[in-house]
Amino acid sequence: MDILSAKGITKRYANHLALSNLDLNVPDASIFGLLGPNGAGKTTFLRIINQIIYADEGSVTIEDRKLSQNHIEMIGYLPEERGLYKKMKVGEHLLYFARLKGLKRIEAIKRIKVWFRKFDIPDWLDKKVEDLSKGMQQKVQFIATVLHEPKLIILDEPFSGFDPINANLIKDEILELREKGSTIIFSTHRMESVEELCDHIALINEGVKVLDGPKKEIKNQFRNNTFSVEHLSSISSLPPGFELNSSKNIEDNLLVSEIHITDNSKPNDLLQAIIQQTEIRSFSEMIPSVNDIFIRTVKEQAHG
Amino acid sequence: MDKIWLILSREYISRVKKKSFLLATFLTPLFFGGLYAVAIYFAVSDSEEKVVKVIDESGLFAGKLEGRNSVVFEFVSDPIDSARKKVEKGNFDGLLYIKDLDVNDPQGINFYSMSTPGIDLIRGVNRSLEAVVRDIKIERMGFTKSALDSLNTDVEITSINLSGEDEKEGNAAIAMAVGTFSGMLIYMFMLIYGSQVMRGVMQEKTSKIVEILVSSVRPFHLMMGKILGIAAVGLTQFVLWIVLTVSIISFVAPMITDGGVEDMAAAQSELAQSPEAQNELLAAIDEVVNNINIPLLVGSFFFYFLAGYLFYAALFAMIGAVVDSEADTQQFMLPIMLPLIASMMFLGVIIKDPSGPIAFWMSIIPFFSPIIMMIRIPFDVPLWELALSMFLMVAGFIGTTWMAGRVYRIGILMHGAKVNYKVIFKWLMMKN
Repeated sequence: MDILSAKGITKRYANHLALSNLDLNVPDASIFGLLGPNGAGKTTFLRIINQIIYADEGSVTIEDRKLSQNHIEMIGYLPEERGLYKKMKVGEHLLYFARLKGLKRIEAIKRIKVWFRKFDIPDWLDKKVEDLSKGMQQKVQFIATVLHEPKLIILDEPFSGFDPINANLIKDEILELREKGSTIIFSTHRMESVEELCDHIALINEGVKVLDGPKKEIKNQFRNNTFSVEHLSSISSLPPGFELNSSKNIEDNLLVSEIHITDNSKPNDLLQAIIQQTEIRSFSEMIPSVNDIFIRTVKEQAHG
Repeated sequence: MDKIWLILSREYISRVKKKSFLLATFLTPLFFGGLYAVAIYFAVSDSEEKVVKVIDESGLFAGKLEGRNSVVFEFVSDPIDSARKKVEKGNFDGLLYIKDLDVNDPQGINFYSMSTPGIDLIRGVNRSLEAVVRDIKIERMGFTKSALDSLNTDVEITSINLSGEDEKEGNAAIAMAVGTFSGMLIYMFMLIYGSQVMRGVMQEKTSKIVEILVSSVRPFHLMMGKILGIAAVGLTQFVLWIVLTVSIISFVAPMITDGGVEDMAAAQSELAQSPEAQNELLAAIDEVVNNINIPLLVGSFFFYFLAGYLFYAALFAMIGAVVDSEADTQQFMLPIMLPLIASMMFLGVIIKDPSGPIAFWMSIIPFFSPIIMMIRIPFDVPLWELALSMFLMVAGFIGTTWMAGRVYRIGILMHGAKVNYKVIFKWLMMKN
């Protein structure tokens, strides 16, 4: 089942088309990566889901109901551009945001304390926001986003500004939230975190969706039967159906070769063909990274 | 509505807790109360008797010289040199030495004192001397003093306003003071708190809090919460100022004069120029209290106070949403400031002719009416004009709020865009 589905979303700004007839379905309890180069329309889309701006055309439904003010309380949004009131205390701040999301005061205080224990920051309650470092402020913002236990969590560039330790902390939290049944949509430029976290990805470029689907399927789609082989002596010749793309010396005597299977041969056939010529140290299929897919697709678009 | 209330209370509490608010709220009445107390203190201490010894070689003044401005004259017959020594020792405040005198050309009167005498002291001595000289001249010319006194006639003009249902006595001076004072208060309130709204909106925009906020509340609610919260801060401050100033004046002042209400009254009359002026003032205040419709005045004051603020605060919020920095506010501030400044500039014209065409039109148009109508009300305004003005005022603030809301929701999310009036107009017209 899809928690969110968008149909035919179009948004025009004065001089350009930000989104053009965008269809997107986000499956329940998934981590959905929204990718795209700068200015692709990701933030515009996230703002539309949050009802900060409205689409010119198209519709969004959440749990099969048309997006409305009633959905605000089940969404948690961490925008890319985010700030806090500098003069407020951390505890007051979180309480304020939680209550704006419809949480009762007592319940909010209880949950704030739980999160403070979890992040090991028990003495922050009375600290002023201006006394926190940027990374600390981002932790507070993250807590503010999830405090009301939203079913749909939208994170726009959640890792920017985090050091690796805190980034990992947030990653673990994201995974845990998914375990608890929340759906997370996040947009990012950091492909390694997409690789690590996402179940689904969608790539938009210049307001148009160019890729969409489960991460595994997309990666399969971009597999082209190329294998990487580490071996000792060089490969002199290959039977028909195999093509040696490149061969590099990486250490004394150790070479790495990229071999492309052009016909219906199986990987085992390739192994049999080279095992007679050289000693094999490793053999693996070259599955493109999300990063490769991203760059390749965007470049193809730009040229096509 | 719950969310407006949440925003309102955050704005209110965070501002009221600020040190600058507490300082301004408690120090301003202390300052004014203190100023008042100091004035009373000096009035009281000045009223201490000043002893001036008089050596009168002409023999014209003995028994006739009356002290004024708390000067007491004591005639002595010491030789001038020894009397001067006593002044130097500080035995008394001054020495008046009158040599033989020609009343037609009074020359050569000297006043000796250790310090430069105050203007009050010199004027008092001067007037006392002149009064005696005048009496002597009158006598020499053959008039009697009582005959002369009977020539002075007091003429009083009572102005009667025929427009009201009853014939009312009006007092232009008091009406002017009441009107100007309330108009000024409203002007200050709109300006001070309106610009606070602008700065608040701008801070939320530049510190990027706003996107988190508008994902939870509608931009219009956010704007209204801020405007109303700051209005509550302003009202709190005004009420505290009034309460504190009144209590400082009524509790602290008697302590300074060390003696209760009578001394206070004495001190106050000392502040006024003369007992006569004091009585006139009291009578006039009495008249105003009897003749100006106080409930109407107070009611209208609160109406224009709030409606005027709402009208302008929405415009200020719009500017805050449009700009990226304080420096950019200047170009948009001007058109908002112009009607306010114009209201103040026309103040004199309105007071001179409170029912003229300029007064009428300015008190009807919402841009000017909060200030101008308040100036006119003490001069009696036809009810239909007041009703029309209030109706347009309400329509006006609904209009500015609607307009500001439309520009606000787009402006707060726009960063780095070059904004001019054309762009604002486009945002205003943009559909959802």
